[in-house]
Amino acid sequence: MITDKDINKLADLARLGLSDVEKQKLQKDVGSILAYVDQIKSAPVEIDTKGRVGSVKNVMREDEVLNETGSNTEALLSEAPKREGQYLKVKKILGSSDSFEI
Amino acid sequence: MKNIDLKNLTVKKAHDAMIKGEFSASDLAEAYLEQIKKVDPEIHAYLEVYGDVKEQAKKADEKIKAGKATLLTGIPIAVKDNILIKGRIASSASKILEGYKATYDATAISKLKEEGVVFLGRVNMDEFAMGGSTENSAYGVTKNPHDTLRVSGGSSGGSAAAVAMNGALVSLGSDTGGSVRQPASLCGIVGLKPTYGSISRHGLMAMGSSLDQIGPLGKTVTDVEILFNAIKGKDSKDSTSISDKTYLPKKISGKPVIGVPREFLKGPGINPEVLKNFNEALEKFEKLGFKVVDVKLPNISYSLPVYYIVMPAEVSSNMSRFDGVKYGLLKEGKDLMGDYLKSRAEGFGSEVRRRIILGTYVLSAGYYDAYYNRAIALRRLITEDFIKAFNDVDVILTPTAPSPAFKIGEKITDPLQLYLEDIFTVTANLTGMPAISLPSGFTSDSPALPLGIQMTARHGEEELLFNIGKTFLNEL
Repeated sequence: MITDKDINKLADLARLGLSDVEKQKLQKDVGSILAYVDQIKSAPVEIDTKGRVGSVKNVMREDEVLNETGSNTEALLSEAPKREGQYLKVKKILGSSDSFEI
Repeated sequence: MKNIDLKNLTVKKAHDAMIKGEFSASDLAEAYLEQIKKVDPEIHAYLEVYGDVKEQAKKADEKIKAGKATLLTGIPIAVKDNILIKGRIASSASKILEGYKATYDATAISKLKEEGVVFLGRVNMDEFAMGGSTENSAYGVTKNPHDTLRVSGGSSGGSAAAVAMNGALVSLGSDTGGSVRQPASLCGIVGLKPTYGSISRHGLMAMGSSLDQIGPLGKTVTDVEILFNAIKGKDSKDSTSISDKTYLPKKISGKPVIGVPREFLKGPGINPEVLKNFNEALEKFEKLGFKVVDVKLPNISYSLPVYYIVMPAEVSSNMSRFDGVKYGLLKEGKDLMGDYLKSRAEGFGSEVRRRIILGTYVLSAGYYDAYYNRAIALRRLITEDFIKAFNDVDVILTPTAPSPAFKIGEKITDPLQLYLEDIFTVTANLTGMPAISLPSGFTSDSPALPLGIQMTARHGEEELLFNIGKTFLNEL
């Protein structure tokens, strides 16, 4: 069962600032979905953490720049909510509190 | 304006008519714009009809006049709102990307631009492709053209409804757990989820990266085949993309054998009319000379729970890019952390938030082995079951969805109820195998609701699906 504490922790980890009402609803929904997916616990399967997933393999390429430098800069930066010149602008990080409160 | 019979139009018919000069790409585009104007206010398949459709059609006409036309030149197409077209809005039907303009073309889109298609507009979907009804769109639900009280399916509900209402000749959707096939089934058209990697995912907004595929939708198997062949192929921008040589098709002597996992169809929750229609489809296949046999897939009942662990895990990772810094919505808090918390809480809808929380849970320390690692191991087991089954049969047949189109609002309050819609479709995403949904008839409801069957084949065997599909739908 998912507790209040779990939901608070998960919301913090996922960077979702949720209201108490939303947290309660999520607790119920996620609880019932987990109860459903819990049936895999009885499945006849060995967990092989050393094994690979399917036919996944590394695909390598040369580490080289394929675009002309600066050809996409303006288009990309113009989508940013806040910018200063050629930089993305964010609030000060150093010295701010570690609290998760909004 | 030329009177064009859009209802019975196919890509080949349109192409021939444009080459012969019976109508131009401009005439065709105008006919579709008129039809959209007439029916879309009720259906709401489109989030945006592009303002430059006529200019695009004019360019296509020039290409045709110059003798450079391909089958798709001038063909009007609708594109799901999570596939990027440079300079145009792509919002994934989310508030967090409202007004976001794509900065590059998806590979599938650049290939279609080379063909000279006409992009009519972007179509509705569940937010970030999470859902099976478009009820999770931040911009309203898309209604089913066969019965406007019902959903069009999802998440590519706009792509399916646009074609079904004759508001586009073909369309592009994306399929992570059935999002092309289920709406195709609910709207009575054809939809393909190709082999994982066959169409580049470059420029498709990621939901579950090991499951996502772009897929074509159309009224006929042939239309879907033409669109698939135009956009498939190895792409240096998607390291998981494959070439025609990755999987070598098996030589089949005689008629292909159809396998049916009968045990799996006995489960509760399958609508009796769906089952009846499915059995009629089997009879039709037998009459057409196909051998139909039972097939055992011992772990298939774990597919849906496995999917609802793997998919949210990948969702929670992929959604972390939306931070109010690089693009999209910013809601300011008192510090950077506050910006994240507020932007993401206000930008994402409730289903996206639910899946992020679920994914964060199954990936968190202490639960990782019990959920994620176990699901990954089972995913491999299910894939091996399918590979084994394909030693004896050539395709595996099930209904596409357990029920016909349901009423708007009927299932949205209980997320688990809606997840069960995906029971037959998720396996093809877990195994990476291709699967196609074919229209197979209607219910006895009034108005009658379309039903569909789903055919799965070995990796890389789309051509076999097309051939059997054409036989089933009398397209040969």
